[in-house]
Amino acid sequence: MTTEQAHPAPRQDNQDPALFGQTPSQTVGPFFHYGLPWKGGADLVGQSDMGARPELFPEEHYVLNLAPPKDAVAGQVITLEGVVYDADGKPVPDAMIEIWQANAAGRYFSPDDDRTEIPLDEGFIGFGRASTSEEGLYRFRTVRPGSVPGPGNSSQAPHIAVGVFGRGLIKRLVTRVYFEGAPENAADPILALVPAERRDTLLAREVDGAWRFDIVLQGAAETVFFDI
Amino acid sequence: MSLILPYSREDAGQPPSLHAPYASTVARSPRQPLVRIPHTLTETTGPAGCWETLMGSSLADLTTQHKAMPQGQRIIVSGRVLDENGRPVPNTVMEIWQANAAGRYIHKKDQWDAPLDPNFTGAGRVITDAEGRYQYVTIRPGAYPWGNHHNAWRPSHIHLSLLGPAFATRTVTQMYFPDDPLIEIDPIANAAPLPYRQRMVSRFDIETTRPNWALGYLFDIVLRGRDQTPTEDGHDH
Repeated sequence: MTTEQAHPAPRQDNQDPALFGQTPSQTVGPFFHYGLPWKGGADLVGQSDMGARPELFPEEHYVLNLAPPKDAVAGQVITLEGVVYDADGKPVPDAMIEIWQANAAGRYFSPDDDRTEIPLDEGFIGFGRASTSEEGLYRFRTVRPGSVPGPGNSSQAPHIAVGVFGRGLIKRLVTRVYFEGAPENAADPILALVPAERRDTLLAREVDGAWRFDIVLQGAAETVFFDI
Repeated sequence: MSLILPYSREDAGQPPSLHAPYASTVARSPRQPLVRIPHTLTETTGPAGCWETLMGSSLADLTTQHKAMPQGQRIIVSGRVLDENGRPVPNTVMEIWQANAAGRYIHKKDQWDAPLDPNFTGAGRVITDAEGRYQYVTIRPGAYPWGNHHNAWRPSHIHLSLLGPAFATRTVTQMYFPDDPLIEIDPIANAAPLPYRQRMVSRFDIETTRPNWALGYLFDIVLRGRDQTPTEDGHDH
């Protein structure tokens, strides 16, 4: 019996209790399209196959979901779309956008939203995923969300939480979409934390019947990203 | 009024958005400071129990999706999804994608001339059980060259995507393999500073190795945990 056996060399791996803590974030890389964005992932209210990029891999290797049938949902159906730009103003063709939002009545499809007095909408989960196209364009079909509570007794303006992933993005970038012209924006407690001159980067604008929300990763018109 | 149970914030092991050795970050990372916001109902909620509706059914064996067995070293990857407080994260989805044994992705934009394997897609999905446990079967992915710098090679890795219970817990990571000499010269892995980088290195395990069939690897994933004290105002405390 040597003392070495009594004192094994320190281990440095995922199972080492000394290292226990948040698993670090890593990029999705450029080749995520056959693994993450499913057909219909960007259509939160209908049966289209929006969101996927099936042309980027052979058909026999599509193992993700097919747009599931959805019940009719309450509220105003909207299109949310925009281009993701890099620092040089070039569209980003290998990004993926995720959204999370409340239903039209302002209730989240989540066990952690316990406000049973507000109706759930069984056909509306409120989570979506869209790949950007070769032109850097993402597009969702969803409903305009209702207001949800904010800190204290405040109320938040209707908004959609956004996560941005892609090649070159080691960490998800988090932002929010608000709706230009919504009267609730003026009193929104989160918008109030954003420097006034940058708030417009969080406003979607109605253009040709769709809500347009471009995401600028870096530069003069850089979108506001949140530390959550 | 809903009770807001905020989640913890990033710990020291999280990489920055800008990590110049990974060249693609330079033009794709914000330069303005992030705006810190309190956790509201938006950040503390997330879809749950609807994975099949959203993404499709479980695909826990990446080696049986086609007519024949794919080429390469068959492996069983097992582990737990936990929060920072050591609590299991049950019934949560983990999405999986990877290159084949030769280091080639099925993706058409992967033009490296290593062979494609018609019997391997490299995409899967598992749901954790009541104790947060998961297990999937796949082929050990190969290393591959990439254009980041001269003679750049990515270490063998499996991409993993987890939503966890809330918008705030969303995590995408990569699992690496023990004793891979490419890890310490890989700019993506090294975006997470040492020693935290090692949280992404799995461990060989003889217990889950199945005799005459497949090697076993263990890998636990730790998501953000709830702050210990519930508040009704969502403000940091």
